[in-house]
Amino acid sequence: MGLTAYLVVAAILFVIGLVMVASRRNLIYVLMGLELILNAANLNLVAFNRFNPTTKFVAGQDVPVLDGQIAAIFVIILAAAEAALALAIVLNVYSLFETIRPDDIDNLKD
Amino acid sequence: MGTVLAFALFAGLAVVSALVALFHRSVIHSAFALLGTLLGVAGLYVMLGADFLAMTQVLIYAGGILVLILFGLMLTPGDPGERRLSRIFGGVAIVGGFAALFALKLAGVAKWAGFGTAAELEPPVDTAREIGLEFLRRDSWLLPFELASIVLLAALVGAVFIARRRFPYKEGESAEDGAA
Amino acid sequence: MLPILEGLLPGLESVSPLGPSAYLWLLAVPLLPLAAWMLQVTIGRFLPRQGDWMPTGAMGLSAVIAIVHLIKVLAHWDADFLLASAQDGYGWRFFFTAEFPAAIAGFKAGILYDNLSAILLAMVALVSFLVHLFSIGYMQGDSRYNIFFSNLPFFTFAMLALVLSDNLLFFFVFWELMGLCSYLLIGHLAQDEKEPRMSAAWAALKAFMTTRVGDVCLFIGMAVFWVNFETLSFHGLYTATADHVAANGWESWMTFGGVMMFLGAVGKSAQFPLHVWLPDAMEGPTPVSAMIHAATMVAAGVYLTGRIYLLCSPEARLVVACVGAFTAIFAATIGITSFDIKKVLAYSTISQLGYMICAIGVGGVAAGLFHVITHAMFKACLFLGSGSVIHGCHHEQDMREMGGLRKKMPITYLTMLVSTLAISGVPLFAGFYSKDAIIGKALERSQESGELIWALPFWILLGAAAITAFYMFRLIFMTFHGTPRSKHAEHAHESPWTMTVPLLVLGFFAVFSGKFWLADPLHAVSGGNDPWFLQLVQDPDLERWESGHVTAAGGLGGHGALAEHHEGEVAHHEHYVGAEAHHEAMIFSVLAAGTGILLAFLFYFWKVLSAARVAASLGGIYRLVLNKYWIDELYQVVVVRGTMKFSDALFWIDRTLVDGLVHAVAGTMRRLAGLSAATDRIVVDGAVNWLGETTIAAGQATRRIQTGRIQQYAYFTFAGALALAAVVLFDLI
Repeated sequence: MGLTAYLVVAAILFVIGLVMVASRRNLIYVLMGLELILNAANLNLVAFNRFNPTTKFVAGQDVPVLDGQIAAIFVIILAAAEAALALAIVLNVYSLFETIRPDDIDNLKD
Repeated sequence: MGTVLAFALFAGLAVVSALVALFHRSVIHSAFALLGTLLGVAGLYVMLGADFLAMTQVLIYAGGILVLILFGLMLTPGDPGERRLSRIFGGVAIVGGFAALFALKLAGVAKWAGFGTAAELEPPVDTAREIGLEFLRRDSWLLPFELASIVLLAALVGAVFIARRRFPYKEGESAEDGAA
Repeated sequence: MLPILEGLLPGLESVSPLGPSAYLWLLAVPLLPLAAWMLQVTIGRFLPRQGDWMPTGAMGLSAVIAIVHLIKVLAHWDADFLLASAQDGYGWRFFFTAEFPAAIAGFKAGILYDNLSAILLAMVALVSFLVHLFSIGYMQGDSRYNIFFSNLPFFTFAMLALVLSDNLLFFFVFWELMGLCSYLLIGHLAQDEKEPRMSAAWAALKAFMTTRVGDVCLFIGMAVFWVNFETLSFHGLYTATADHVAANGWESWMTFGGVMMFLGAVGKSAQFPLHVWLPDAMEGPTPVSAMIHAATMVAAGVYLTGRIYLLCSPEARLVVACVGAFTAIFAATIGITSFDIKKVLAYSTISQLGYMICAIGVGGVAAGLFHVITHAMFKACLFLGSGSVIHGCHHEQDMREMGGLRKKMPITYLTMLVSTLAISGVPLFAGFYSKDAIIGKALERSQESGELIWALPFWILLGAAAITAFYMFRLIFMTFHGTPRSKHAEHAHESPWTMTVPLLVLGFFAVFSGKFWLADPLHAVSGGNDPWFLQLVQDPDLERWESGHVTAAGGLGGHGALAEHHEGEVAHHEHYVGAEAHHEAMIFSVLAAGTGILLAFLFYFWKVLSAARVAASLGGIYRLVLNKYWIDELYQVVVVRGTMKFSDALFWIDRTLVDGLVHAVAGTMRRLAGLSAATDRIVVDGAVNWLGETTIAAGQATRRIQTGRIQQYAYFTFAGALALAAVVLFDLI
């Protein structure tokens, strides 16, 4: 399959993630939507890496450049960190406001 | 043909699971539907020759992050009336509409736009070894790698610090009770 | 502007008679009391006995130095002796050449030490030391004892420095310092903690203001001479004046300048128009009176008149003589009627100062200054004696409340009697020699000129001499003889040794400072028959000097500088005429003194005549004299009220014209300010407010976007991303 197919899948995942972030009224859904968006981005990174192959000369031989995959790994790492922190924040929000509806958490207004 | 089939399978799994997660009334179900999406994406990684990344995806996303989310679900009350289909469809219409518009535009201008041109690609290599070497190569990704470890450590400590219960003790509840 | 010391240690040859470091020693004479003053002001009250021993000791040291140098000068015995440090090239330059005109840049201050300075310096230091010593007893128990003992040495410092000054500018500085010190000391009792005396404050103010009139005149006189000659050093002025007179004769501006400078002396020495402060100055403690009357203030005036004698035109000299003569008789008459023991002495001082001034006016500069010295001795003695009497009588000053103190205070009586004999001009006492010299000079002058106006001083002085003898013996009789007339007088007691020792020392000098009788040790040195002073300090020969034959190197001792021109016949002849006049004058003055004393005996000892009856028969005249010729009242009406009226007029002008102008300006300013405020309010504030309101309105409008709903924010973020993408994809830029 070509690059465009992967990009379309990634775009669909991105749209679904964004809508999930923006329209579900539960902070857990917001987190899940973020994961979807990140997956969509990762899929793009890997797909671009795959369909634009390059090599570089290291230690006497040609090796493929895998920067897209490595960037995706870092995204995963950061996503894990983000998930842990976001969850902690959600728990704190719940203990403070006794709700996890983002609409109700509007203290910053005014 | 096998490739197309595999792609359809994994892509369909990912997209359909995502849609289920988006629309389902129950958070638990949505979370498990998300598992399907993550596994589908992992399959797509395999198809793209990124075997190590697919493994990582399964291990960390499916095994770690999803478990975290499930823990979050358990520690917060369910909210049965939170889903508003109108909002969701409105969001899909707006975001999807714009995304499609831009995709069409992109499709018109992008030279690399091919839907089934995987044939001329070289066969994928063993990426785990290469990525490991890249991480340890001083002029390559060594520094971000080390920084990532620091970020993880800080996130770990920060999560523990933020999550511990200290916010307002309710009537008749003392600090000792909260700590207990 | 730091003073640049151009060599303090002069070469040996220039000061050979006095030893190598003479200038340093002479500087120490005024600087010791100055140092004492500084210490006394700062740490005096922490010292034992409130530090009275320190200024006294410093003054003692100072007196010893001054007297040792005087003895050296006497041993040298040269009428032309002169140490002038600035002329020798040793002085203090005060201004840098680059910044000032040449005359100012070349201004040099130095020490002038000739026979006159030497004698005066020793006299001032000695009398001041004795006054300090006396004060230890007299001021005991005063609430501002330490302050008194800081002002006293400062006063002395000013006088000593004045005597050593070789130029009019420094002379003037120390002159003013003395004015300040006299103010502080006369007003000493005004700040007494137990019983402050307002009258002392007024007296101090009066002394200060009255002398200030003279000081301004002196300054004007100095300015006149500075403008014309561009020098203020005494010898520079002598030379310049001699040259000028030789070339152009006496000019009217010189008369003006001379009279003006003399008016300074009139103020300081309490001569006729400005004499009013001196009797009031009796409000000060008695040692201060002694100091002012003998050693410092009034002597400075006469000293000034002597120093500037050569600058005075014949007309100015006539003014000097007339003022002096008039003051002599005028003050003496008031002295007859006073009952306050210190007032009598005060008017006596004014009268005696008139003598000196008159003597200088008639050309007897040496005689006048001689009288300064002898008068200082016996007047200090009289004042300290009166202080002793007042001290003994528990601060009673009225002679009518005294009497019969002779037995109770023998030392005081003896010394005061001796001093009275001296002031009366009884032969063999100090006053006789100096007074005789003055009267002789006056007679000589009258014979020389043959004009009536020059004969007047002689007769006036003679009359004043008789009156002086009369009132002084009146004082003695009323105070010491007869029977005690009050409780205070009955319980009088002799004073402690610190008070009697100065009396004895001064009494000794009251007898012997004129001439040591027949066994005069100075007679052996000099070989002449005149009193020692008249041999050392000689009258300048005016005719020679005016014709420019003199370089005036010796100043007052100019006689010797003329020696080469003075030869044989002429000198001998002049001396002969003078001696003839003196023999006549001596007879007259002895007769006058005898008359005065005889009258005093008749009135107050034998009581043959009644003072009260005479007073009654004189009526109006007596009242006139008793009230001091109404001078004070006249001044009160004319000067003080006039000043007040003038002030009122100025006040009116100030109120109506100046204030009106100021108010007009202020009103205009206010209107301008109002305009400015309106502009500020409408334009500036308007702009600022508009800006603020616009910002608030914009905020109100835009705050609707801030819903606080993060999910909306997510849409906004997406919109932002779209916008960026649109820019790229649709080539919007």
